Amino acid sequence: MLELTLVEAVALALARAMADDENVVVLGEDVGANGGVFRATVGLQERFGAQRVLDTPLAEALIGGLCVGMAAQGLKPVAEIQFMGFMYPCIDQLVNHASRLRNRTRGRLSCPMVLRMPMGAGIRAPEHHSESTEAMLAHIPGLRVVIPSSPARAYGLLLAAIRDPDPVVFLEPTRLYRSIKEQVIDDGEALPLDTAFRLRDGRDVTIVTWGAAVRETLSAADTLVESGIGADVIDLGTLKPYDETLVLASVKKTGRCVIVHEAARTGGFGAEIAACIAERGLMSLLAPIERVTGYDTVVPLPKLEQHYMPSTERIVAAVRRVCAFA
Amino acid sequence: MSTKDGPDTPALPVIAEFQIRRRGYLSANGEVSGRLPPFAADLKAMIPLYSGMVLLRSVDAKAVALQRTGRLGTYGVALGQEAVAVGMASAMRRDDVLFPTYRDTGALLWRGVTIEEILTYWSGDERGSDFAVPRQDFPICITIGSQAPQAAGAAYAFKLRRQDRVAVCSFGDGGTSKGDIYEAMNFAGLYKLPVVFVINNNQWAISVPLKLQTGAATLAQKAIAAGIPGEQVDGNDVIAVRAGVEEALARARAGEGPTLIEAVTYRLGDHTTADDARRYRSDEEVKTHWQQEPIARLKKYLVARGIWSKADEEGLIVDCQRQVEEGAQRYLAIPPQPATSMFDHLYQELPAALERQRDELAGASDA
Repeated sequence: MLELTLVEAVALALARAMADDENVVVLGEDVGANGGVFRATVGLQERFGAQRVLDTPLAEALIGGLCVGMAAQGLKPVAEIQFMGFMYPCIDQLVNHASRLRNRTRGRLSCPMVLRMPMGAGIRAPEHHSESTEAMLAHIPGLRVVIPSSPARAYGLLLAAIRDPDPVVFLEPTRLYRSIKEQVIDDGEALPLDTAFRLRDGRDVTIVTWGAAVRETLSAADTLVESGIGADVIDLGTLKPYDETLVLASVKKTGRCVIVHEAARTGGFGAEIAACIAERGLMSLLAPIERVTGYDTVVPLPKLEQHYMPSTERIVAAVRRVCAFA
Repeated sequence: MSTKDGPDTPALPVIAEFQIRRRGYLSANGEVSGRLPPFAADLKAMIPLYSGMVLLRSVDAKAVALQRTGRLGTYGVALGQEAVAVGMASAMRRDDVLFPTYRDTGALLWRGVTIEEILTYWSGDERGSDFAVPRQDFPICITIGSQAPQAAGAAYAFKLRRQDRVAVCSFGDGGTSKGDIYEAMNFAGLYKLPVVFVINNNQWAISVPLKLQTGAATLAQKAIAAGIPGEQVDGNDVIAVRAGVEEALARARAGEGPTLIEAVTYRLGDHTTADDARRYRSDEEVKTHWQQEPIARLKKYLVARGIWSKADEEGLIVDCQRQVEEGAQRYLAIPPQPATSMFDHLYQELPAALERQRDELAGASDA
């Protein structure tokens, strides 16, 4: 059995997808001989050749546009943007083209592409390497936004993203790239998109989270169990479109909800979940919803980033407040 | 930057030199200069080019009439630029793929997009981009320059699959200021991709004239930095446009990579029906350029060669008007889409999370 890190699971899923489907093409900056700056594409060029694993010039708008043209021709481009902070030049391609090509041609053309990129803080990276702006992407109709939080989910969700007939942005939390190992079975089995994962079953409080914050949330849940609070921990997995059915069912069961994400609070995706619960689950609530998030500040450079990311302590404290509310 | 070479400052060696050539055959009077390209040897082969340009002008006129009477949305005519779209499209093969912009109505028509599809699109109805033919051409690109990297991506797919196909991408003079264009040309040059980039240099980007767009002497020279050939053609000479694009396509098919063609023409009309060009340019300027327009010059040439008569002209006008009227009638008869159709092609299958919103709309609109 393979014990893999998350980044190794990404590489494994890419290799599996390329072996299964000759239309899968991997492209991006440094994805070839170098195997990607995080080594997520390591070994692929050697195995599948430079035509299917190509280093692009340093131009993110180009990368986005290439994917649209390739995908419309039936290839399955899986492009890497080196860091989330570098994705903005290709936002035009995502918002104006990839996400709407199917709709604007009434199904004549489509855009089955995957744009992978590392996200988030916590690895002492330079400026512009630590943002979590997933809510911007989740606002775009026609797109899917997927964020794995474990090696096995990275493997299964990436396969699903590549096989999906529509464009998917696949956000990989850098903080989790090498910090956890998990058994990954290379069986080519995809996990479902648009479906959240219940990671802990509890009756007292719902904690909704995704990405790197899943780790602190699970650690908080373990702490809370010791003092008799059972948390229902939900990892959204897919943010757009997200599994509101599971979230609402959980809140109905627990009556209390804490939302945890690393991104800044205002306009963060947690606001969408809180609004959904307010619209459709208000009568289940026994306490106000709380959000534990990054602050509405610029993500600090590494010396302060530990203070920015939601800590286990902050999550535990929020859950205790919510559970104490009578 | 000019420095005088003194005794202590020997001239630096020239390590690269570049030239931009200009192609043109037909003068404004319809007189030929230089040797015509092979396809033009057959005078009869010129008639479809002429007809394509006249049809485009008829479609444009009808579209404006429909817009002015509230039966069409904003529309951009290609007045004066007919040779660019028709010359470009006529050089392509059926299974090549076009990445057009909103000035390419003539190219769409040439490639088989119907008048009713074009009008449907400009009426504000997505079904107009669901071309029955050609199925793989892109819908027109409204955002400037974004289609160039897409064309490079399609060309990469052709090359990877060893298909004998070329992507053709057009954009305006304003588009050449966008980084996307350079990024696409640079990548296509690097991988020697089968793609042809065509600039419709009509000298106006809405209200901004070319001289405020760039300090470059030509737009064709923007190819040089990308490492690909660039050529300027007389964009009012349909023979020159077609010949330039045809040679570029042949190079692309031979594995010699991309080309940038700058077709120099002039926008005789407003940017769109929502624009009034009198706000920023003089009538005199426009009047001068009417002397150069492409349809009259080809007609003069055909008439002088004795292959085009007054009766032919009258017959063509009648035929174009009939096509346009029939197309417009078919367009006007298209029933509206149900409101909920906005959900139908958002994803291949509507995600469960969106069903509620669709039902909400269905309830609100009775659609």
